[in-house]
Amino acid sequence: MWRWVRQQLGFDPPHQSDTRTIYIANRFPLNGLYTPQKFIDNRIISSKLMIDTPTSPITSGLPLFFVITVTAIKQGYEDWLRHISDNEVNAAPVYVVRSGGLVKTRSRNIRVGDIVRVAKDEVFPADLVLLSSDRLDGSCHITTASLDGETNLKTHVAVPETAVLQTLANLDTLIAVIECQQPEADLYRFMGRMIITQQMEEIVRPLGPESLLLRGARLKNTKEIFGVAVYTGMETKMALNYKSKSQKRSAVEKSMNTFLIIYLIILISEAIISTILKYTWQAEEKWDEPWYNQKTEHQRNSSKILKFISDFLAFLVLYNFIIPISLYVTVEMQKFLGSFFIGWDLDLYHEESDQKAHVNTSDLNEELGQVEYVFTDKTGTLTENEMQFRECSINGVKYQEINGRLVSEGPTPDSSDGNLSYFSSISHLATSSSFRTSPENETELIKEHDLFFKAVSLCHTVQISSVQIDGIGDGPWQSNFASSQLEYYASSPDEKALVEAAARFGIVFIGNSEETMEVKTLGKLERYKLLHILEFDSDRRRMSVIVQAPSGEKLLFVKGAESSILPQCIGGEIEKTRIHVDEFALKGLRTLCIAYRQFTSKEYEEIDRRLFEARTALQQREEKLADVFQFIEKDLILLGATAVEDKLQDKVRETIEALRMAGIKVWVLTGDKHETAVSVSLSCGHFHRTMNILELINQKSDSDCAEKLRQLARRITEDHVIQHGLVVDGTSLSLALREHEKLFMEVCRNCSAVLCCRMAPLQKAKVIRLIKISPEKPITLAVGDGANDVSMIQEAHVGIGIMGKEGRQAARNSDYAIARFKFLSKLLFVHGHFYYIRIATLVQYFFYKNVCFITPQFLYQFYCLFSQQTLYDSVYLTLYNICFTSLPILIYSLLEQHIDPHVLQNKPTLYRDISKNRQLSMKTFLYWTILGFSHAFIFFFGSYFLIGKDTSLLGNGQMFGNWTFGTLVFTVMVITVTVKMALETRFWTWINHLVTWGSILFYFIFSLFYGGILWPFLGSQNMYFVFIELLSSGSAWFAIILMVVTCLFLDIVKKVFDRQLHPTNIEKAQLTEANSSIKCLDSMCCFSEGETACASVGRMLERVIGRCSPTHVSRSWSASDPFYTNDRSILTLSTMDSSTC
Amino acid sequence: MTWSATARGAHQPDNTAFTQQRLPAWQPLLSAGIALPLFFCAGLAFIGLGLGLYYSSNSIKELEYDYTGGSGLSNCSVCAAAGQGRAPPPRCSCAWYFSLPELFHGPVYLYYELTNFYQNNRRYGVSRDDAQLSGLPSALRHPVNECAPYQLSAAGLPIAPCGAIANSLFNDSFSLWHQRQPGGPYVEVPLDRTGIAWWTDYHIKFRNPPLVNGSLALAFQGTAPPPNWDRPVYELSPDPNNTGFINQDFVVWMRTAALPTFRKLYARIRQGNYSAGLPRGAYRVNITYNYPVRAFGGHKLIIFSSISWMGGKNPFLGIAYLVVGSLCILTGFVMLVVYIRYQDQNDEDEEDE
Repeated sequence: MWRWVRQQLGFDPPHQSDTRTIYIANRFPLNGLYTPQKFIDNRIISSKLMIDTPTSPITSGLPLFFVITVTAIKQGYEDWLRHISDNEVNAAPVYVVRSGGLVKTRSRNIRVGDIVRVAKDEVFPADLVLLSSDRLDGSCHITTASLDGETNLKTHVAVPETAVLQTLANLDTLIAVIECQQPEADLYRFMGRMIITQQMEEIVRPLGPESLLLRGARLKNTKEIFGVAVYTGMETKMALNYKSKSQKRSAVEKSMNTFLIIYLIILISEAIISTILKYTWQAEEKWDEPWYNQKTEHQRNSSKILKFISDFLAFLVLYNFIIPISLYVTVEMQKFLGSFFIGWDLDLYHEESDQKAHVNTSDLNEELGQVEYVFTDKTGTLTENEMQFRECSINGVKYQEINGRLVSEGPTPDSSDGNLSYFSSISHLATSSSFRTSPENETELIKEHDLFFKAVSLCHTVQISSVQIDGIGDGPWQSNFASSQLEYYASSPDEKALVEAAARFGIVFIGNSEETMEVKTLGKLERYKLLHILEFDSDRRRMSVIVQAPSGEKLLFVKGAESSILPQCIGGEIEKTRIHVDEFALKGLRTLCIAYRQFTSKEYEEIDRRLFEARTALQQREEKLADVFQFIEKDLILLGATAVEDKLQDKVRETIEALRMAGIKVWVLTGDKHETAVSVSLSCGHFHRTMNILELINQKSDSDCAEKLRQLARRITEDHVIQHGLVVDGTSLSLALREHEKLFMEVCRNCSAVLCCRMAPLQKAKVIRLIKISPEKPITLAVGDGANDVSMIQEAHVGIGIMGKEGRQAARNSDYAIARFKFLSKLLFVHGHFYYIRIATLVQYFFYKNVCFITPQFLYQFYCLFSQQTLYDSVYLTLYNICFTSLPILIYSLLEQHIDPHVLQNKPTLYRDISKNRQLSMKTFLYWTILGFSHAFIFFFGSYFLIGKDTSLLGNGQMFGNWTFGTLVFTVMVITVTVKMALETRFWTWINHLVTWGSILFYFIFSLFYGGILWPFLGSQNMYFVFIELLSSGSAWFAIILMVVTCLFLDIVKKVFDRQLHPTNIEKAQLTEANSSIKCLDSMCCFSEGETACASVGRMLERVIGRCSPTHVSRSWSASDPFYTNDRSILTLSTMDSSTC
Repeated sequence: MTWSATARGAHQPDNTAFTQQRLPAWQPLLSAGIALPLFFCAGLAFIGLGLGLYYSSNSIKELEYDYTGGSGLSNCSVCAAAGQGRAPPPRCSCAWYFSLPELFHGPVYLYYELTNFYQNNRRYGVSRDDAQLSGLPSALRHPVNECAPYQLSAAGLPIAPCGAIANSLFNDSFSLWHQRQPGGPYVEVPLDRTGIAWWTDYHIKFRNPPLVNGSLALAFQGTAPPPNWDRPVYELSPDPNNTGFINQDFVVWMRTAALPTFRKLYARIRQGNYSAGLPRGAYRVNITYNYPVRAFGGHKLIIFSSISWMGGKNPFLGIAYLVVGSLCILTGFVMLVVYIRYQDQNDEDEEDE
C-alpha cells in the first residue's frame, strides 16, 4: 500500500490531506468500539434484556452499565494522559511556509505537505522530510532521546537538490512530489522518494530514514532546517507508538475464563433444572393455576414451547448474577491501580541513571509471580554495557592496555615472530597523552599499525559533541585543543570505547561532516572523504565504511564479529588472530575483528553504482542492500582484533542464584562468542565451577547433532547427582530445533543452567516459543536491553526491558522496564508474589461471593413453585456487587501483603509456593465454590428454619413477609461475605479497616434510608420499613450472629488445621516473622529442596518458636541468609542442593 | 510517557509509606494459639446464649387447631364438604371447643395459618398496585397491568383493590367464647383487631382515596370490588378507621408471606379480664368458614400463642446456638489434641537429630 503525498511546493497545495481531523475522529470512536468488544470476548454479556424478566431490566443492566462506565473512565484516563502529552506538542508555536512567507501557527495546524521551519533545540512538530539546513551539505544533527532514549547525535541529510534551497525565496521555486509509505510505527523504517522537477526534467531521489526527522526528536547543533511534513498528528511515528503493544494475556486471566465457563455451565444447568421442575410441578392444575391466582387469557393461550423458552430465559436472568460481571472491571482496576506500586518503588529506582521502573502494560502484574523460565540477554543486561578497551591483537601480536599504555603481552619464546625484541622495546610507548609530544619509537608503533588504528578510528558512526562542532565544515581545526573537550556519542558502547582507546594511543578522531572524517594522527591532521557507510545490522553482524584516503586510495574498513569477518578474509594473520580472539573470549572480553580492503577505481565505480541502485530501490530495498553489502564485504585483509571488557552489573550473581532458588530456570541467550559467553556465565554465577558443562556446539549436520543430543541425554541420566549446564550455539540450535525438538527439550529441562550463544534475535524468540509450547506450558520471562532482544521480549509471556545504554527500544517494547538486572529479584519475588496472591484471591473471592449471592435465590425457587420470584429486592440485587461488597476486595487486592516483603526477597524459595498458578488451581477453585455454596445453604436454611412454621419474630406478635425474609438472608450474606474477606486479609492498614467495617455500616445506613421512605418514582413499595422492622426483632439479631459465625466457623477450622498440619512455606515464614525475627531454623528450608525435609524442619520450628536456643541460632546462621552470602557459600550450597536433598 | 532524561533525581519516586507499601498495619495471624481460646470462648458464649434462648422459647405456650375439616372428625368438615372446590363457597359456620387446665399467660395472640398457599408465587406477588393502595385517585381508576386478570371487572370497571392478592383476601372470621364454670354460659372474649398490622403499613403505606363529600363510598364510586369479595372494600368494617384500604385484616393479608406455610395475626386478646391471659376453663371458637383451601390441598389452622421479646415459640434459635456452641468446643478439643500430639512428635524428631 502506497500513499501518494503529492504537493506542488510554492503553490496553493492541491492535495491537502487534513490528518488532524482524521486524528480527532479516530480517537473517540475507538473507545466506544473497544469497550464492548472486550466484554463479548469474555463472554460476560448474558441475555440481558428479556421480555418476561423477573427483575426489571435496570436491575440487571445497571451493573453492566457500571462496568462499562468504569472501563470507559479508565480508558478515558489513559486517553487523557495521551491528550496532555499531545497538547504539549499540539499547542507549540511553529513556523510554516505559506505562500512564500513564514507564518507562525500552532503545530496542530500543520498539514501534510506544509514546509516547516524548525530552529535549533526545537522539537519537530511532525514527521518531516528534510529539505535543507543552514549547512551547505544539507545535513543536520538531531537527538531522539525522547523517542527511543538514544542520546547520541544523529546526522540526517537532505537530498542534494533541495539542500541548496536555504532561503524562503529559493524554496518557492521548488516543485517536487514525495511518494512515501503509509504511516507505520517502526521508528527506523522509512522508504520513499522525491521527484524533483528541475528545468523541465524530473530527478528522482531516494528517501530513507536518514532524511526523515521524527516528531518528538530535537534539532541539535544546527541553526535551522526546512522540512516537508509527511506524517502529522496520529500518523506520526511517535503517535503510532503510543498504541498499547501488548496483547498478552496472563495465566490468571486464562483460568479466570475457565472459571467463567464453569459458572456459565452452573448457571445454565440451574436454569434448566428450574425450568424442568417448574413444569413437573405445574403439571397439576392446583399448582399451576389455583383459584386465588388465575392467569390471564393471554397467558393461558400462549404456546407451550414459547412459554418454556421464555421461562428458561427468565431463570437465566434471575440467576445471571452468578456470573461476576463486576469481576472484570475490578480486575482491570486492580491491575491498573496496582501497577503504580512498581513505578513508585524506591528499591526499583536506580539513582545513578535516575530511572524508575516503568510499567508499560498492567495486564501482566500477576504473571510476574508465575515465572518458571527466565531468558536473559547478556550484554547490557547482566553486564553494565560500559565498555573498557582492554586488549588487542594487531597483525598476530597481542597487546594489552595497562594504565593507558599499550603493552605487548610477552610473546612466547617459541614465537616465530622475528620482531620479538622490537615489540618488547616499545612496550610502554603509548600513553594517553602521547599525542602531545610523541617519542620516536611510538610513532613507529603507530606507523607499523597505522592501518589498524585508522580503521578503529574511522570505521564507526560515532558523533562528537562539543561547542566547536557548529563550525565543523567551515575551517581548519585549531591544533591546540585538548582531547578532553571532545565527547563522543555513539549508539554502541563498543564503538565509543574503541574510538576513545584509539584517541589515547594517538590517533584522534576529531569529527566528521557529511563528506569527510578528520583524524589527527600523532598531531597531524588527515582528512578522509567518507564515501559510504554500510550500517551495522544484526544479521550481518558487521559494519563498514568506504573512505577515500588523502592519498586518493579508496579503502573499505570492516569491523564486526569474528564469525562474520574471518570467513571473508583472504589475507592477514588469520590463524593467530583467531587464537587471540579465542583467548580474549575466554577472559570474558568482547571481541571485534577489523579488516580492510582496497578498491581499484573500477571496482569502486561498480560498488558505487550498485549501492545507489539498491538504496533507491522502492521494493525489496532491504534484500537488495543486503546483497550489495555481501558483494562489497569480501576479499578482506585482516588487520587484527580488539577486546573490550564489559563490567558485570551489580549483584548479578546473587540475583541469578536467587532466581534459581526460587525454582526458576535461567537461560542466558547471547549473540556473543561461545568462549566469552561461557566465561561471563561463570563469572556471573550462571554456571558454577562445580557444574558439569555439556556442550552442543559446532554441529554441522543433522545426524551429528542428533547423535550428540542423545549422548548428552545419556550423560545426564547417568550422572544425575551433579548439576548440568548446557552450552548451545546458534547453528547447532537451529539444527536441534529443526528435527529434534523433543530430545533437545528433554536435555534442556534436565539442565539447571542453559547458555545459548551466537544467537540471532529471531532465534532467541524461537527458543522462547519452543519452551512456551512445550507440554508443561511454563511461564517465560525475557530480559533484554537492546534492539536485538525485542523479538524475544515480545515473544515471552513477560517481557522485561533493561533501560540501558543501547537505547530504549527494548524498554519501549517490553511490558516492564527496569534499570538494572538485580531489580528482577524484587520485581518477581515481592511484586510478582504480591500481585499474584492479590489477584488470585480477588478472582476466587468474586466467584465465591456471587455463589453466595445467587444460590439462596435458586433455593428459594423450590419454595415458591419455581415462579421466578426474586428473594432480594431489585435494588439489593443491583447494588450487591457495586456497593456493598466491592470495596473491601479492591482494597485488599491493592494493599495485601500476606508476608513481609523483606522476607519474600530474602527467601526466594517462597516463590515456589505460588508456582504453577497454585492459588487458582481447580482444587482451590472448588474449595471456594463449595464454600460459597455451603455459605449460601447456611444463609438460606438458617433463615428458613428461623421462620420455621412461620411464628412471629417480633415482640408485638406481628408477622414478617417474604421481603423481610429475603432481606434477612441478604443481611447475613453481606456481613458474612465481608467478614470472610476480613479473614483473608493479613495486612490491616487503616484503609482496610475503613472499607471493611465501612461497607457493613454503609449497607445498614443505606438500607435504613432506602426502607425509610416511600419512593415516589418506584412502582412497588415492597421494601418500605422492611429493614427497620427486621432490625427491631431480637430473634433476627441473634439469627444473624449465629449464621455469620457458623459460616466463618467452617472456614476458620479449615484454615487453622491446614496451618497446623500442612503449613506451607509461606505460612511458616509468616509464623517466624510474627515471632519476633528469629530466623533460625526456618531459613534452613530455603536450602533443602525436598518438601519432606522442609516439613519436618517446619514442624520442629513451630515447637521451637519462642525458645530457640542459642545453639540453633549459631548452627544455622552461617547459611541463614543465602541471598547475601558470598561466592563460596553459594557454591557449597549448590552442591548440597544437588547431593543431599 | 516520555523517556527524556531530565534533572538528576527528577524521577525518584516519593518516599512515603503508601507508595513504598509500608503503611502501618496490624497483621493478625490465625494460628492455633489464637484460634483455640477463641473457639472455647465462643463455644461457651454460644452455649450460654443457646440455653437462654431455648428456655425463653420454651416458656412460650402455643395452642393450635386444624379446622380445615378434611378428616371428618371436626364439625367443620360439613362446611369443608359444602364448599368443595368452589370459590367462593356458601356461608357456613362451625366451632372448635377446647379447655384450658390453667391460665394461658398473656398477652395472647390469635393467628390463623394457611398451608400450601403460595403467596410467594411471583405472578401472585406482583399482582397488586401500591399506588392504588396508597390512595392515589388516578391509580384507583387505572390499576396497573400487573393486576390482570383482576384489573378490570367483567363490566369494565376498575377493580379496587385490584390484583390477585386482594382478591384472595382471607375471609374466615373467628370469635372466642369463654365458659367460666362448667355448664355456665359462654361469654365472648373481646378480641382486639387493631395493631395487627405494621404501624407504618397501616398509617403511611396504605391510605384510602380522598373522601368525596365526606363519604368513602362515593370515593370508590365507579370501581368494582374484587370478584371474590361479597362486599365492596369500603364496607369491610363499620369502623371508619378500619375500612377501605386501611382495614387491618386487609393490610395484614397484603404483606405476602415468604413461604407456602404462613401465619397471619388475627387479633390480640388483652382487654378486660383477659389482659393477663386466658384464664382456665372451657372455650369455644366460633368459625365462619368461608375460605376454600382444599382445592389446593391446603389446611387452615387457628393458633393461640403467647409472645415473648423474641416473638413466638421458636425452639430453632436456642437449639442452633447450642449445636454451634458445642461444635466450637468439640473442635477446640480436637485441635488441642492435634496440637499436643504434634508437639510430642516434634519433640521426638528433635531428639532423633
